[in-house]
Amino acid sequence: MFQSLLQTIDGQAARPEILLALWTLAALMIGVFVKRDSYKIVTGFAAVGLIIAAVMVAWNSEAGDQVAFGGGFVVDTFASVMKILALLGSLGALVLSYRFLPRLKMTAFEYPVLVLLASLGMMLMISANDLISLYMGLELQSLALYVVAAMNRDDAKSSEAGLKYFVLGALSSGMLLYGASLVYGFTGSTQFSTIATALTGHEAGLGIIFGLVFIMAGLAFKVSAVPFHMWTPDVYEGAPTPVTAFFAAAPKIAAMALFVRVLMGPFAGLVDDWRQIIVFISIASMVLGAFAAIGQTNIKRLLAYSSISHMGYALVGLASGSEQGVQGVVIYMLIYMVTTLGIFACVMAMRRDGTQVENISDLAGLSRTNGGLAFVMAMLMFSLAGIPPLAGFFGKLFVFLAAVKAGLWLLAIVGVLASVVGAYYYLRIVKTIYFDEPAKAFSPMDGAERVIAYGAGAFALVFLLIAQPLLNVATAAAQSIMPGLY
Amino acid sequence: MNWPLLSVVTFLPLVGALAILLARGNDEAAARYARYAALWTTIVTFFVSLLIPANFVFAEPGFQLVESHGWLGGLAGYKMGVDGISMPLVMLTTFLMPICILASWKVDKRVREYMIAFLVLETLMIGVFCALDLVLFYVFFEAGLIPMFLIIGVWGGQRRVYASFKFFLYTLLGSVLMLMAIIAMYWHAGTTDIAALLKPHDFPVAAQKWLWLAFFASFAVKMPMWPVHTWLPDAHVQAPTAGSVILAGVLLKMGGYGFLRFSLPMFPDASLYFQNFVYVLSVVAIVYTSLVALMQEDMKKLIAYSSVAHMGFVTMGIFSMTRQGIDGAMFQMISHGLVSGALFLCVGVVYDRMHTREIKAYGGLVNRMPLYAAIFMLFTMANVGLPGTSGFVGEFLALLGTFQNNTWAALFATLGVVLSAAYALWLYRRVVLGEMEKKELAWMPDVTPRELACLAPLVVLTILFGVYPAPILDTIAASVEGLLKSVQVAQATADNLMLTMK
Repeated sequence: MFQSLLQTIDGQAARPEILLALWTLAALMIGVFVKRDSYKIVTGFAAVGLIIAAVMVAWNSEAGDQVAFGGGFVVDTFASVMKILALLGSLGALVLSYRFLPRLKMTAFEYPVLVLLASLGMMLMISANDLISLYMGLELQSLALYVVAAMNRDDAKSSEAGLKYFVLGALSSGMLLYGASLVYGFTGSTQFSTIATALTGHEAGLGIIFGLVFIMAGLAFKVSAVPFHMWTPDVYEGAPTPVTAFFAAAPKIAAMALFVRVLMGPFAGLVDDWRQIIVFISIASMVLGAFAAIGQTNIKRLLAYSSISHMGYALVGLASGSEQGVQGVVIYMLIYMVTTLGIFACVMAMRRDGTQVENISDLAGLSRTNGGLAFVMAMLMFSLAGIPPLAGFFGKLFVFLAAVKAGLWLLAIVGVLASVVGAYYYLRIVKTIYFDEPAKAFSPMDGAERVIAYGAGAFALVFLLIAQPLLNVATAAAQSIMPGLY
Repeated sequence: MNWPLLSVVTFLPLVGALAILLARGNDEAAARYARYAALWTTIVTFFVSLLIPANFVFAEPGFQLVESHGWLGGLAGYKMGVDGISMPLVMLTTFLMPICILASWKVDKRVREYMIAFLVLETLMIGVFCALDLVLFYVFFEAGLIPMFLIIGVWGGQRRVYASFKFFLYTLLGSVLMLMAIIAMYWHAGTTDIAALLKPHDFPVAAQKWLWLAFFASFAVKMPMWPVHTWLPDAHVQAPTAGSVILAGVLLKMGGYGFLRFSLPMFPDASLYFQNFVYVLSVVAIVYTSLVALMQEDMKKLIAYSSVAHMGFVTMGIFSMTRQGIDGAMFQMISHGLVSGALFLCVGVVYDRMHTREIKAYGGLVNRMPLYAAIFMLFTMANVGLPGTSGFVGEFLALLGTFQNNTWAALFATLGVVLSAAYALWLYRRVVLGEMEKKELAWMPDVTPRELACLAPLVVLTILFGVYPAPILDTIAASVEGLLKSVQVAQATADNLMLTMK
């Protein structure tokens, strides 16, 4: 019965998404009808749902490239890989919040439900093959995120963060929609493949370029690239830390995947036009992220600027507009997701006498009060700075490899120079941890924090040993998205 | 050899570091365990590394003991191997490490971390000299910054934070440009295998110049050459004694090694083009930093500046592109590793007793410490380049090589030799000779057996290589010969070009 229903709606390829949608509704029901401990039960239930969805995505990808819903939804290796990354990011953030949010007296079961909804939106974004499904996925994700950002409603900062994010996000969605309508008007279709055919072979008109620029502005907002980054530091600082971890890890992956798919798919023919824009926002993100982070004293704000510059680096890969570049983006996002979750797990462990502390100076002398945490944090910092032999270096290596091949020398050189500037503020944290006189010790870490922090640290350290299989996956993903499909 | 000797030597210290890491506790027993574990690890590593020359065919110019495995897909492989140029530097590293550990016996601040940092550093340093793949080389080359940053920053002197940041950021800045060049080479040649890249490649001359400059940016900072040397005195002064020994003894050699391994054979045309540029920088380094060294009040700073001057001879010798020049540069690198390491140890001996490095605080030490005075004397003379010590051979050969194609550079550099005698002897006079007028020095005991154990091997080798330099020169001979071939091709084409233009 179920099979035939799926066939009728042409949705076989979207099985994981459909399952996750049903799971989310079930989670909502459980939350409403279970009276006690609903937060914990729903969180656990949601985590299981994310795992099942990830497994199904992996299993589904065996069948090769498929489309669903009359071509509005595509499943290829790239989509599967990015979905698994996004789902794992959500899962990590959810696990981190399990014990953390109740400490802030945040026991609303809506939080895990919203995370599920956002994850569903991400999956739709990643698989979008039509401007309409793109917008649908994007909005599903964004609306859930607006609420999540303001989740801690008794806290002024959190409310401010939610409001800022909402207003700016709505603006960017509007721009994206406007761009999409222009593209539709000038190509006569919302389908990516039809747009691609319409754009090959002849000069792109001003209307198309206009539409493209607006779409890119909307997407740049979602990946928080300069000059659409203004919301990031406030949201990062205002939201409770596990929520920030969620913001930093999962939606960025989905948005970056969407960025790649839109530019490398329907607009592949306009690569010379969009490349200049990507080069600009990439350089601006790397440079601003590097310089603005120097002055920060709050570690979450610092990580916000750090993530802005990381998006700049990921965009370096996209700017090259080649298979090599997409491979670089996939590797970069994988490493970014893991190290980001790890570093936020460390930040969550900054807890003293029952209150969270967030200043960099609170880390003083951590190496002598908690050697393990200090080591992990230092390794993650070096990894974020891109110092070999840690994982972050390889991410940068692969995106720059693509940029140099495409002849984007200016981009590559500005990028590596910005990474030296960036190294300064990461080093400052290592300095605080290792060189300064110890402050009072932190409270013991949670199990979840420890597992994720140590796991991410181990990942950063041994990435060079496991690089080969991961590279193969990234290559397969990049190959699946290259023009030719269209 | 059917087991991977070079990988074993490279990663053996890492095993020791793990053994220390897994030990629990923060008490005195744990510290003792860490010290002994580190000492034994480095000693065993040294003895295992002796198998490298034992299995080395000296007449063979190419890479030997090669190991090769897949890594990073099509981009890079894990490839290790040594030739006559890298082998002596590997030996220098494994030889200096036990001495460094022994010299750090008195460190009582966070001993475990200290020993781990040094062992990790040893792995990375050996890796730099053994790596036969550009990306692998870069990974080892850069990764060394992390332990060194911590060593300077945690166990250093008063301005350690400033010095560690300066060290890290300066070297990182140089290196990222090299990374760009590595990527460009990969796209041009389609491989990052160093052995393959050493075969004549048709890098266009214009591209060669850019690539050469990018590599130069990295190695010149590491070397360090004037005017990017300013991190070195800070790092040296603030680093603990063993840190200074490793910094001067091995880390600085990475720059020279890089020039010999990459700049010269891979970009011969560009090397020729920039020859005079390097000469100018080298001569300025030799003369200027020698003058600066004269005016120092801090012993370590003085030796640090003298290192910059000595490294000037190395770059000059390398870019003279003559047999004698390159031989001299290699010899000078080994010799400087021994001599400057020993000088830092000598400073460490008195620093451990008085906790100051001010030259003014000392004087007349010969009255209380005759043995120390004798050892210090030997190394001072070696630093000056007195015949009979290893310092002489390197400087002489480097000057000889330079003289063949640029008399002026050789002339001014020789002036530096005179200046080096001035600052070194003056330092010695102020610290060791004269009457002992300061009462607080009166209790100073002579060198302890532990300190003697550190210094004695260096004394022996300094004199040995001074009177009988053949072991080093024979080792490097075949590889230098091979290196010169590729350079001479470039020289010949350049000469032809000149002829046709006339």
